[in-house]
Amino acid sequence: MAYASSIWPLAAIGISLLGTIPIMLSGRSPNLRESWTLLIAIGKFLLVASMLPAVLDGASYNFVIAEVFPGVPIALRVDAMGMLFALVASFLWIWTSVYSIGYMRALEEHGQTRYYASFALAISATIGVAFSANLFTLYLFYEVLSLSTYPLVAHEQNAEARYSGRKYLTYILGTSIGLALPAMLITYSLAGTLDFQVGGVLTGSGASPQLLALLLIMFLFGFAKAGLMPFHGWLPAAMVAPTPVSSFLHGVAVVKVGVFSILRVIFHIFGPNLLLEINLGAIITTIASVTLLVASLVALTQDSLKRRLAYSTIGQLSYMILGAGMLSAAGMTGGILHIAMHAFGKITLFFCAGAIYVAAGKKYISQMDGLGRRMPLTYMAFLLGSLSIIGMPPLGGFISKWNLVIGAVNSDQLILLLVLLVSSLLNAAYFLPIVYRGFFAKAAEETTESGIKEAPLFCLIPLGVTACGSLALFFYPDIFLRLAQLALFP
Amino acid sequence: MTTSNLHLYVLAAPLLTAFFVNLLGRKSRSWIAPLALGSLAFSTVGSVLVLLRVLTHGAYSYTVGNWNPPFGIELLVDHLSALMLLLISAVALIATVSALKSAEREHPGREHLFFTLYLILIAGLYGLVLTADAFNLYVLLEITSITSYGLIAMGKERAPLASFNYIIMGSIGACFYLLGVGYLYILTGSLNMADIAILLQGLYGTAALATAFAFVLVGLGVKMAFFPLHGWLPNAYSLAPTGAGTMIAPLMTKVTVYLMIRVILTVFTPDYAFFHSPLVQSGIVWVAAGSILCASALALGQRDLRRMLTYILIAEVGYMVGGVWLANANGLTGAILHIVNDSLMTLCLFLAVAAISYRMGGTGFDRLQGIYRKMPVTMAAFTVGAFSMIGVPPTAGFFSKWYLILGGIDAGHWGFVAALVISSLVNAVLFFRIIEIGFFFAPGDAHGHGHEAHHEEIKEAPLQMLQPLIFTAIALIVVGLSSGPLVDKVIRLAIPGSF
Amino acid sequence: MSEFMAEVVGKYNYWLYVVLMMIGFYAMIGKRNLVKKLLGMNIFQTAIILFYVSTGVKRGAGIPIVDKYAALKHGVDAATVVNPLPHVLMLTAIVVSVSVTGVALAVLLRIYREYGTLEEDEILEKIGR
Repeated sequence: MAYASSIWPLAAIGISLLGTIPIMLSGRSPNLRESWTLLIAIGKFLLVASMLPAVLDGASYNFVIAEVFPGVPIALRVDAMGMLFALVASFLWIWTSVYSIGYMRALEEHGQTRYYASFALAISATIGVAFSANLFTLYLFYEVLSLSTYPLVAHEQNAEARYSGRKYLTYILGTSIGLALPAMLITYSLAGTLDFQVGGVLTGSGASPQLLALLLIMFLFGFAKAGLMPFHGWLPAAMVAPTPVSSFLHGVAVVKVGVFSILRVIFHIFGPNLLLEINLGAIITTIASVTLLVASLVALTQDSLKRRLAYSTIGQLSYMILGAGMLSAAGMTGGILHIAMHAFGKITLFFCAGAIYVAAGKKYISQMDGLGRRMPLTYMAFLLGSLSIIGMPPLGGFISKWNLVIGAVNSDQLILLLVLLVSSLLNAAYFLPIVYRGFFAKAAEETTESGIKEAPLFCLIPLGVTACGSLALFFYPDIFLRLAQLALFP
Repeated sequence: MTTSNLHLYVLAAPLLTAFFVNLLGRKSRSWIAPLALGSLAFSTVGSVLVLLRVLTHGAYSYTVGNWNPPFGIELLVDHLSALMLLLISAVALIATVSALKSAEREHPGREHLFFTLYLILIAGLYGLVLTADAFNLYVLLEITSITSYGLIAMGKERAPLASFNYIIMGSIGACFYLLGVGYLYILTGSLNMADIAILLQGLYGTAALATAFAFVLVGLGVKMAFFPLHGWLPNAYSLAPTGAGTMIAPLMTKVTVYLMIRVILTVFTPDYAFFHSPLVQSGIVWVAAGSILCASALALGQRDLRRMLTYILIAEVGYMVGGVWLANANGLTGAILHIVNDSLMTLCLFLAVAAISYRMGGTGFDRLQGIYRKMPVTMAAFTVGAFSMIGVPPTAGFFSKWYLILGGIDAGHWGFVAALVISSLVNAVLFFRIIEIGFFFAPGDAHGHGHEAHHEEIKEAPLQMLQPLIFTAIALIVVGLSSGPLVDKVIRLAIPGSF
Repeated sequence: MSEFMAEVVGKYNYWLYVVLMMIGFYAMIGKRNLVKKLLGMNIFQTAIILFYVSTGVKRGAGIPIVDKYAALKHGVDAATVVNPLPHVLMLTAIVVSVSVTGVALAVLLRIYREYGTLEEDEILEKIGR
């Protein structure tokens, strides 16, 4: 294991952090500003990808930013799990930026400079979470993310946006300050360190199983970005944001940050062995299963496409936590892998939802009958995304779901197998009718809607790329699979 | 001028300059700014040198007039007082830049009087952190108080009445302290802090000592506005002239908290103060927790930004008092770090309030609508200050909260931990309310008054008020990230080794 | 009982100071007229000054002013002179008290000019609370 003190992780985070300045300064010339965003996005992906070969070999990059507390610096470390998340996030940001350009210009939205600047800040924080070497650094970037996404959620600046912004902050900031912060400090006072270590830091700390159980629950709910019920309410409320925000932040970045934080706590603060010993896996799987099933059921009832996608996201996030809670090799691998698979699939679906809004002005599924015939590319992409989420081959989602099933069988938790099967059926039930009705149903106002055609190119290309990405991940999952396995068994 | 006297020159500079400001400022306004800023800049540089000297050579003391203690007055420069010296200098210097602009608007023609009192107050604060003599502390406490009574009374409308209430309550506090010192004198015959501590060694169980301790603490408690002795602060600080409030609010209560720490560590010694009566020790932490919650609750009810900040100030005092009385290393570290951080955040917020007041004529919530669009830089700095109050890393406020919560966990005092967490959440509500008002509504939506004294076109604050604000906002992040070296190199050395 | 009486009667001066302090305290808090509050503050501070001074008293001792040459030659027997230090401290305290009173009176003048009255309840009415 080669450790190198290297500036690359800092550069990967810093490029978009510093990039907010040119973005804000070029507010007057939109083309320049958008070029900055794209340049930074591509640069960031290249920086992240450049560290991939070494990480695949088992090395990691380290960097200490500041020694702020005894034994707890603000430090970065690029290991396998962080690399997986960072790769997904930085790759998808490129396409989100392209999509944003198309979306924001088509709708002639206001406050675009603030939008792009906040986005750049948010992606810095996301990569910061991915590359955190200890729980405190993760918490720091987690909070920066919460605050930098607030202007994005409240972008519309109307009463609904204000209300949703308030809900967003109440859930996210309230839980992180009220639950995660005390939990982190208790962990520090028990273990003396907050570093992420394989096998966790809490073994041998002499804490009682009850205290550890309480701590685990505080972490699970404290990182409310993972959407575990009952702290999930912010996600449907955040759908008032512009669709690129919803797709990237609430399909990929913010929600995955929540899941990633919880997985880090499970794998590298508690450690699977400790959890197996005191039988805490059951808590995790129970909470995750309940959220999974309830979210999938509620998704069935939603008529607003974005809200349906939001509840679907809540359910899918619980898949990842469920996998981790199984504490079996395949289950945990599946959980980590689903971060990547779900990201590609869900972002495709959100991109399609936004494309439909831009091209046809429609937000509600009941109005979308027959739309597939007019927007065939968009609907094809939607089909591919849905299949990936449902977990059908030949889409990437199949691989992660397969691992979850194997994991459930291996850990003798057959009830989880039942949960997985039921929820897959529910996933199909709330996605496939949309596609079916889009292609085969008769449109209500067939003759009047003559002007609807495909979405603009800047919107169409990204959703095509991510849909093909979902397809490609089925055939070439090796990098992500290897990263997931390295994360668990270095 | 040798480095061993430097702290005296730091104290003397504003004191002497005050008189020159009065005399020369009468003739022409243009003398005031260079004199005030010059003397404070000198003091800042001096404080840095003093701190460096203490860090390299250790603590040292200075006897005034060569009368040796315990008969003469002694000035003590150790890590804690050197840190406070630097803090006061830096905060006063930054605040003065903005105060000069505010005073120009609010006291035209009387700025020389304003700044005379202002500079004497700062000199008094320097004296307070340097003195090692119990009675001398009373004198300096009264110097700072009298000048602040005068400064606050210079405000408009209800300010003289608020100042009078402050006079009454403040004098009660000072007299209680004096009474406590009297008891100590009767018991030991000495007024020198270190000497008293030695002479008190055998007297720990006596009722007289307990009474002395109680009087001293209550007296200081009134001066630092520790709930429920806080009644004078909201009115006094929100009605004070803007320039005065910008300097007094970050400093006075924090210096008084420092005094409490100094009295506990040097006079009564932690053995007596904390460990002799654990009931008192944990009782005071409970009172502090209660004070945090009550002050936060009162802040929720306010409709004016400046008043809301004064109630938050009272809650912050509760943090520090609770942190000190947790009686462990983390708690005391947190309290001292919080003195530094809270001064900076209060300075940042009050500077923002001064800028807003300058343009909008007031800080009621109805005037703040859409202000993010009109005064973006001011509000950006305000937001950094707000995040620091809420306790969001990497701003400074988070780091002292970390130590305070850790201290509470170490001491098993879950009530205090809960109060800290709840207060952070309440602060989040308070500040996001302001952010919402400023961000969502179009400016001038409810601007029906039309009686603006200035009929000012509402744009960004003047540069002279903006520069200190931006500097402080950046400082909040820098100080936050440097809290590691700050704690290691300075604060840990200020705490007695037995913790 | 007789011990108790000896306690009370023997320390009658301290009880007097306590009474004075309470009177001053009551006036500061309970009276409605601002000038009376100020006078209460003065009484309170005076009581404390008297308290300090009386701590220096010794039985059968004289004023602490001695012949310089005699003192230099033979020294001063501390039991024959009253402790001068509290007196000195209280000079400072009196100065402080006078300064505060001066500032307070100036503030009261401003209040009177603003509201035309020095009764607290009338002022509060005028403010419109």
